[in-house]
Amino acid sequence: MRSILTTVVLLVLLPAAATAKVHEYRLDNGLKVIVKEDHRAPIAVSQVWYKVGASYEPGGVTGVSHALEHMMFKGTKSLAPGEFSRIIAANGGEENAFTSSDYTAYHQTLSADRLEVAFKLEADRMRNLTLSAEEFAKEIEVVKEERRLRTEDRPTALTYEQLSAVAYRNLPYANPVIGWMSDLENMTVDDLAHWYRLWYAPNNAVLVVVGDVQPEQVLELAKRYFGPLAPEKIPLQKARSEPPQRGVTRVTVRAPAREPYLVFGFKTPIVGTSDEPWEPYALEMLASVLDGGSSARFSRNLIRGKEIAVSAGAGYSAFARLPGMFLVDGTPAPGKDITVLEAALFDEIAKVKSELVGEGELERIATQVVAEKIYELDSVFAQAAQIGRLEALDMDWKLADEYVERIKQVTPEQVRAVASKYLVSDNLTLAVLEPLPLDNSSANSAKGGGYGHHQ
Amino acid sequence: MDTISKIGGLLSRAVLCGVLFSQAAVAGPEIQSWNTSNGARVLFVAAPDLPMVDVRVVFDAGSARDGDTPGLADMTNSLLNDGAGPWDADQIAERLEDVGAQLGVGSERDMAWASVRTLTKENAFEKSIETLAAILARPTFESDDLERVRNSMQTALRLGEQKPGTVAQKAFYRAVFGDHPYAIPSDGTKESLSSITRDQVVEFHRRYYVARNAVIAIVGAVDRTQAEALAQRLTEGLAAGEPAAELPPVTPLQRLRQESLRFPSSQSHILMGQPGIRRGDPDYFALYVGNHILGGSGLVSLLSEEVREKRGLSYSVYSYFSPMRRSGPFLIGAQTQNSRVQETIDVILATLRRYTEQGPTEKELIAAKQNITGGFPLRIASNGKIVEYLAMIGFYRLPLDYLDRFVDHVNAVTREQIHGAFQRRLNLDRFVTVVVGNGKTAQPEG
Repeated sequence: MRSILTTVVLLVLLPAAATAKVHEYRLDNGLKVIVKEDHRAPIAVSQVWYKVGASYEPGGVTGVSHALEHMMFKGTKSLAPGEFSRIIAANGGEENAFTSSDYTAYHQTLSADRLEVAFKLEADRMRNLTLSAEEFAKEIEVVKEERRLRTEDRPTALTYEQLSAVAYRNLPYANPVIGWMSDLENMTVDDLAHWYRLWYAPNNAVLVVVGDVQPEQVLELAKRYFGPLAPEKIPLQKARSEPPQRGVTRVTVRAPAREPYLVFGFKTPIVGTSDEPWEPYALEMLASVLDGGSSARFSRNLIRGKEIAVSAGAGYSAFARLPGMFLVDGTPAPGKDITVLEAALFDEIAKVKSELVGEGELERIATQVVAEKIYELDSVFAQAAQIGRLEALDMDWKLADEYVERIKQVTPEQVRAVASKYLVSDNLTLAVLEPLPLDNSSANSAKGGGYGHHQ
Repeated sequence: MDTISKIGGLLSRAVLCGVLFSQAAVAGPEIQSWNTSNGARVLFVAAPDLPMVDVRVVFDAGSARDGDTPGLADMTNSLLNDGAGPWDADQIAERLEDVGAQLGVGSERDMAWASVRTLTKENAFEKSIETLAAILARPTFESDDLERVRNSMQTALRLGEQKPGTVAQKAFYRAVFGDHPYAIPSDGTKESLSSITRDQVVEFHRRYYVARNAVIAIVGAVDRTQAEALAQRLTEGLAAGEPAAELPPVTPLQRLRQESLRFPSSQSHILMGQPGIRRGDPDYFALYVGNHILGGSGLVSLLSEEVREKRGLSYSVYSYFSPMRRSGPFLIGAQTQNSRVQETIDVILATLRRYTEQGPTEKELIAAKQNITGGFPLRIASNGKIVEYLAMIGFYRLPLDYLDRFVDHVNAVTREQIHGAFQRRLNLDRFVTVVVGNGKTAQPEG
């Protein structure tokens, strides 16, 4: 709920572009269409968000959402492989796609007068993907290379992957978005075809357009291209939750590296699963108290101050499909043992549990959140992504607008309360990277697509 | 929650290092330019729609100025916001974050910069500009801060040593630039970092962070009068000084060079190339458009088609010219599993050789021009992008109508020009190939 006072403040602060009305429609086939006008530049972004991602995947086919995302560029009944990208390029467009635990999204940014091109292509591949075995055989190799690049050869990424793998007993966040290498090895084009049939349909998607457009015209275009697509019966996801953890879990990751690294997480609720509605916002605030810029506690006390860390971070997201973790990570300063860093990070956590954070700290964070909402308006992509992400989580995009007010309402007592309630050892999982030598002697250990990350 | 994208991040790096795009139908933003009273050049674009302003102050103070002390430029730059005027690092951070302002500092080979994004609300604007002015003109370089930054840079170096891509990049610059200052690793060396003294940092700042060596880019909801006052405030504490001296020209490579570094990774990183072009080079547009076709246009480039789409060899394959004050590199990059290094190199070389010998087809050229010119509005669609372009135009002394004329230049490029420029400027007999990974030594054919 917004107070009258804060509404007035926002109107003074936010320019016309920010308060531009967002138009929402739903086509007969179930496709949700959301349009926001932004006439600063003659461009538009079109994003299609599917409600499917790695957290929907059963065992054995981890990574199938992401592999399918790659194959979405590999041809439809009417388009040859790669043709999609060539047409977007010839129209001066930029395109990409991304897969996360909770959603898969495809996007193009173009001159606003080319929006129709994006719609035509995107509608086509929503239902008419070819999924040829020959193209898949090549593309799965690209995906494996991507896994090598992102994870296998990055010791900190391996450490984070292991943290998630051991932290979650039941929730599918245990699996990496890109999939386990052995699942990629065993994946077939039929796995993708099955996945595509299950999830790629207008009634499981959200189309978001932000830019120099007229909403009614966008709706007409959407009806023309997406309207004829048949809906699908979308499988119901069973409700899942984590069993109580009942004690610390620790994992060591041994991999060739120069520097040790520590990452740990506490199981936390999200918007929709918390005991109190303010708790997720208090956790967001807590993450910012620790790591919301150079004036926050980790920078001030651990990077400067005691000079124990060269980097230290805290992260939490109030919005997700399933509850996740409040994450903390760090790299020690030269001459400081990883155990010293661990102790120092836990000291900072102990402080927020025992002492109230300053009103000034909270005010500073709220000010930053308000400013960032304005800076976000400099990018049509960011504005669309804000809307699409929440909608893909089956949440209302308006939550993004309420966010500022919710954050402003968080009190020091609430920050202390969520720290004391959730940042406790029974909820805790830690992963430590233990560096192995990088020298030639160990060079052969890389064979077999991974090293030192067996549990 | 994790998110991963389809197209490799290395590509966006290429765009950053790369160039501007333009289209006749859409003019560039109206750029105003003047000098402050002590000689700093200002480039300004009024953007009244959002109540915010971006300021980017760029100095010719990158690692090309390190001399015998690799890492000096980076360390000096990193220390700017750790103490300035009456404030220490905590106070600087608070002053800015109290008003929601975002500060950035950074340095590369040519440039070092400090930038701020702030709301135009009076207290935010005032505090941000006052703080930025102090950071530029009156950094304190306290010894304690210097030791901490030294430690942090040493750790960053070691973190770089555990990344095969970073190891490859460093080896590539060493091999391509030899004795030229561009070979200096911007993040320093272990020995050099441990040797840097406070006096050196103070002297580096005194010499290079001066008005006549600075360009100020401003984009936001201020008018010309306000922008003039802003630029004046940012520079009034700076000495006028002198522009940095000319850098020596880059010497062309004399022979084929292959470097293979063993690394315990499941993938090998391949970098190939040679010295490319400088900003303002007459071949620039031919090479830019030509490279767009070869490896500068993501999934639709020739290299991507051959290496990734047809053969599944690499997630990310790309090429770029990175024009600098002096000839920056021409670079082709890819990563592949160790057992397929030779095949990947062979495909890259065959593609490059064919392209250099034959030039692009008419169809390829038309597609590239459509992409570059049609995409022009995207490149200047945000204040954040425009301010970077202004800094680049100012720093490299490109004409102020550079953006307006870009599309004409692109459209004027012919197949013959691309063919000729690639023939003249690339020499496959004098190419550097760096492979970092666990594969056997790569042997590119002559």
